[in-house]
Amino acid sequence: MSKFILSQAIIGSHKIVTKAKEQLEKAIAEKGEDFPIKPPDTAYFVPIIYSILGHKVEKLADFKPVIEEAEKLLPEPPSEKVWLPYLGPALDAGMATLFAEEVIEFTKPALGQSQAEGIWLGPPDDVILRERGVEFTDGRAPGFAVVVGAAPDSESAVKLAQELQATNLYTFFCGHTNGVSIAEQLNEAGVELGWHTRLIPFGKDIYSAVYAVGFAARAAMVFSDIPPGDFRRILLYVKNRIFAFILALGFIDEEKYATAAGAINWGVPVITDQNIPSIYPTGICLYEHVVPNIPIQEMVSKALETRGLKVEVVKVDLPVAYGPAFEGERVRKENLFAEFGGTRTPSFELLVMKPFEEVEDGKITVDGPDLDSLPAEGGKLPLAIVVKVAGSKMKKEFESVLERQIHRFVNHASGVMHIGQRDVNWIRISREAYEKGFRLRHLGEAIRASLHAEYGRVVDKVEVEIYSDEEKVKALMEEARKIYHERDERMRALTDSAVDLFYSCTLCQSFAPSHVCVISPERIGLCGAYTWLDAQAHFEMEPTGGNQPIEKGALLDEEKGIWEGVNEFVKRHSHGKIEQVSLYSMIHDPMTCCGCFEVILAILPMCNGIMAVQRGYTGMTPVGMSFSTLAGMVGGGQQTPGFMGVGKAYLTSPKFISADGGLLRLVWMPKDLKEELRPGLQKRAEELGYPDLVDMIADETIATTEEEVLAYLQEKGHPALNLESVL
Amino acid sequence: MSNKEKSRDKAAQEMIKKAQEEGVETAWDRKEAMKACVYGDAGTCCRLCLMGPCRINPNKPDEKQGVCGATADTIVARNLARLIAGGTSAHSDHGRHIVHALKLAAEGKMPGYEIKDAGKLLRVAKEFGIEIENRQVQEVAVELARKGEEEFGKQDGRLTFLNRAPKKRQAIWKDFGVEPRGIDREVVEIMHRTTMGVDHDPYDILLSSFRTSLADGWGGSMIATEFTDILLSTPKPIRSQANLGVLKEGAVNIVIHGHEPLLSDSIGRVARNPEMVKKAQEAGAQEGINVAGLCCTGNEVLMRQGYPIAGNHLHQELAIVTGAVEVMVTDVQCLMPSLAQITSYYHTRLLTTSPLARFPGVLHIEFEPEKALEVAQRIVELAIENFKNRDPQKVRIPEEKMSLVAGFSHETINYMLGGRFRASYRPLNDAIIWGRIKGVVGIVGCNNPRTSQDVFHVSLAEELIKNDILVVSTGCAAGAFAKAGLLLPEAAEKAGPGLKEVCEAVGMPPVLHAGSCVDNSRILVACCEMVREGGLGDDISDLPVAGVAPEWMSEKAEAIAHYFVASGVSVFLGIPHPTWGSSKMEKLLYQEIEEIFGARFYKEGDPQRMAAKVIDLINHKREKLGINRKPARVLYDMAMRRELPVE
Repeated sequence: MSKFILSQAIIGSHKIVTKAKEQLEKAIAEKGEDFPIKPPDTAYFVPIIYSILGHKVEKLADFKPVIEEAEKLLPEPPSEKVWLPYLGPALDAGMATLFAEEVIEFTKPALGQSQAEGIWLGPPDDVILRERGVEFTDGRAPGFAVVVGAAPDSESAVKLAQELQATNLYTFFCGHTNGVSIAEQLNEAGVELGWHTRLIPFGKDIYSAVYAVGFAARAAMVFSDIPPGDFRRILLYVKNRIFAFILALGFIDEEKYATAAGAINWGVPVITDQNIPSIYPTGICLYEHVVPNIPIQEMVSKALETRGLKVEVVKVDLPVAYGPAFEGERVRKENLFAEFGGTRTPSFELLVMKPFEEVEDGKITVDGPDLDSLPAEGGKLPLAIVVKVAGSKMKKEFESVLERQIHRFVNHASGVMHIGQRDVNWIRISREAYEKGFRLRHLGEAIRASLHAEYGRVVDKVEVEIYSDEEKVKALMEEARKIYHERDERMRALTDSAVDLFYSCTLCQSFAPSHVCVISPERIGLCGAYTWLDAQAHFEMEPTGGNQPIEKGALLDEEKGIWEGVNEFVKRHSHGKIEQVSLYSMIHDPMTCCGCFEVILAILPMCNGIMAVQRGYTGMTPVGMSFSTLAGMVGGGQQTPGFMGVGKAYLTSPKFISADGGLLRLVWMPKDLKEELRPGLQKRAEELGYPDLVDMIADETIATTEEEVLAYLQEKGHPALNLESVL
Repeated sequence: MSNKEKSRDKAAQEMIKKAQEEGVETAWDRKEAMKACVYGDAGTCCRLCLMGPCRINPNKPDEKQGVCGATADTIVARNLARLIAGGTSAHSDHGRHIVHALKLAAEGKMPGYEIKDAGKLLRVAKEFGIEIENRQVQEVAVELARKGEEEFGKQDGRLTFLNRAPKKRQAIWKDFGVEPRGIDREVVEIMHRTTMGVDHDPYDILLSSFRTSLADGWGGSMIATEFTDILLSTPKPIRSQANLGVLKEGAVNIVIHGHEPLLSDSIGRVARNPEMVKKAQEAGAQEGINVAGLCCTGNEVLMRQGYPIAGNHLHQELAIVTGAVEVMVTDVQCLMPSLAQITSYYHTRLLTTSPLARFPGVLHIEFEPEKALEVAQRIVELAIENFKNRDPQKVRIPEEKMSLVAGFSHETINYMLGGRFRASYRPLNDAIIWGRIKGVVGIVGCNNPRTSQDVFHVSLAEELIKNDILVVSTGCAAGAFAKAGLLLPEAAEKAGPGLKEVCEAVGMPPVLHAGSCVDNSRILVACCEMVREGGLGDDISDLPVAGVAPEWMSEKAEAIAHYFVASGVSVFLGIPHPTWGSSKMEKLLYQEIEEIFGARFYKEGDPQRMAAKVIDLINHKREKLGINRKPARVLYDMAMRRELPVE
């Protein structure tokens, strides 16, 4: 009966809280109370403690009240007879355990220990959180699995990991069984671990489970407007938005029970291969709380059922595994078998719409030598991928939208890497994939099946032609380039004033309830993932979905980009919270932000300009805050004049904060971002009559304080200095 | 009637026998000698004026009318109304005393008493629209007490706690004009309405009776519960023991009896004072001082401080028969007048403490809130002094005592189902929706020597839990379950598989002790919470719940039964209303009233048949909710996840 489990959890919680207390005392004795606690690049402090208690831990002494709180939460274990109700107390003990485990993990640096060691990654920073968080908000990642302990053998470990990858879930590993962890088993078996394969080893101790729970807690704080300390809503948010579960492999000791009791507070159930009692009655989790005795090969399906999670997996007939979890997997030189494009061979990909009768659905032709023609050590080939689609709802404008998906669809195959697009693509196929039977035809199969699965509402027929004969590829590439050029010309004509409809994007509104993205032809969605054309295509595919047309209505302010229809729409969909939005200003009624923005803009008053910083830049910025700290300020569906989250591509748009002075205001940005956007920025700079502008923009190699930026601007004569006051 | 037929409780049987041997008369003897008055039972006796007094043959109600022309229907309706007024006045006056004590305590005029549950104070204050930001707890408490007092004297508007009910229920009350205004006003008005020559329409009288009863449930009783929690702490799960075996041969036994726990709280504290314990030991009581409760004062101190409970209503005489009680302290309600007589056979000193409740010739030490501790000290000293007067020949304490877990306030239930961070009724609602628990039944009420003590209570509860129905209990019903071991978490073994599974997951007994008879208001709050949590309809009358009063006898039970029906909970009576002299009233109570409140009365004298009827009703409610079959497991895709609430 569950009394056993909950008793074990309570006993374990006492042990862990005591351990945390001792470790904290030791750390304070060695380093003093003021020793700083600085989790890597985050605006959310020590996240479980912060989200539940609203308490910011910035130095060792800040852990003291946390330990006191944890001790208050600790109940007595239930007595043998005439016991008092133990479910509530055990859940409290579980929460106390999570607090204590955060103390244990985050005091490690003070004791000279590392939170990340060997294969273990330790706490993820906010960059990863935001990057991956988008996938949780739009459903690409339905949730995460926390796998604790070790599999009976390495073969079943690998099978379990692959099965989890195929469900699109993220998998976090922590804890061990008798000194062996499944992450180590996977590593030894050569399975690639890391955020890019969605198999993330957090730590060998069970305490590192707090990184998984903390990830969920931070996602709640990043994407919702729930304030830290509003524990009930935070917990329900995680329960109902981020579907997570625990797979407990091998012997479960008291500390693991205690940690599991903590996780159950967040709606996270436990599925185990061990013969322990069950807790089936529902209520804290959606369905059962503890499901025992499940053989490892049945665990994933049982876990999905227990968590109430429906996973839609694209069935693709390939000799290798297929799914989003393999998107970030790299094919390194040592595993490389075949390579295409990437300046090594001529290569391109093209998707075109054809009349219905000209497309034979399901047909994949390979014209030219296949991989078998390559020498045993592998080699390179030219490649043309030509996709022909037809559909009653298909439109010419959607061609580029669908074509851009080729990158993802190809990448999802395990052992295949895709970079770039159009005629600058670069594809690698690993030796392992080749040996499993992957051939050129399978590229077509991946594209065909995924297009049908994801874009079935606009695409009725898909045919793929693959060419690997150099002459043919070169000839077809000329044709393709003409098409690319035509598209670019069409896009250039597609301006905000040329259309009557904008599109909304509220795909992440379930996560950020008052945020409404307005996507116009000249302003891409702030996550960088949805252009106006994307939104239009999504609307066609899913008329009641997250992308809805917005009638612009009467133009209220041309300079700031304010339309009556846009205001009405935003007001209605932010539940009355936002009254007015200007599309071209970051100062007057700027657009709200969820948490998924690629770049944050912030005013530098002294420089009379603005700075831009991208997600992934971990250094300090002239505004005195890192990206993560800034991101903590602007998210959650708020309007914060002077700060704004945007998509990268917006920086090169003619409408880039045009009401505030446009690109001429930009005085600082990290070098990486500058180089990435250089062609577009250069083009805009020339149009604005300042061909040297890009190099007048300071970066971190030049200046990291506002004073230094100003000095540089003055030295270079940056035009921002002559604009009217930014305030 | 054999002694075994008088009570299912072996301790009671033993003490009844002892009383008989010692020539002491008890309620059972008097019951045997008393032929129940048929007219009283039928409700057709009218003594509202002296033109009669009149009585109408209930078997031929149309044959005659009262001198004034009142029909049997009118007479029955008026008599029932006055029972309800009596019950409402008792609970409400109790509530008033608590409010007064809260005020005194907050003003610092009641030494030894302070606000024990400040969190609840603030929550309740908010309900009363009291500003709580940046204010001292005492200041808020004084204002709340004042607002609490106003609830009694209000002339119009509506009672504040009505806002707790589901919107749909509030609309029903409003539409049928049964929203209580002020508590006192409703009692006064129903007395006026039913005096000679005022309201003669049985339907109208009955609706007004319901309004009066609502002034009890959502007024006087709820105020009594909530304000006592604020002042003396909100009950939490607590272990204790029940039955006469809790009395100790080697200790000075003080039995506290009645309903208002204010003085008892002090007595408990004084009894624990080491100096007093030493005094008791010096007087020969090696085990010191033992405080045990009876009836609802017993339930109150059991729920909050874990004092053992010597028994329920019919144990009050038997406790004295043990010969081991030094002092029985009484406050108000359910005190048998026979106590004065019965204590004269033993050394036990009977003490009255309420200015409202005195016995001729019995020592009265008045409970003055300002001097609570002094009064308590005097009582404890009196008990110690009296220890030497014990007659060892007459001392026989039954062995029976049963362990129990009590303390199931609404707050406890909320907490135990989810802990501090996830506290909610979700697991309960889920258990009901998934059919592990079929429904929840409140078994409440008194003991009544018309029926074998505790038999109905216990056999009904056992049958219900066996059928996966969770039982919540208060008052003397809870006393019966305590003695029978049904308040033990181990009693989950007696439950059906679904309820057992839930009990094991939570660590709770299958029968939950929610407190004294005013604490039936906790059950109302729990019902509201079940509706609010969602998935079980949008009114209390949609819930698969019922109330049962198997062995009731008091006017208070009538008030409770009526406010439950008016709140949407059907009530099953083991002893029927005294209304059978009017077919019209019977039809209204047992049938037609359902059209208004979605709930009605049922009567059934046999526990097994009663259980079957209750289960039928629960199943009917489940059917209507569409949860009578196990729901399909839903797997959520992204679009469905987006629809899930996070508030």
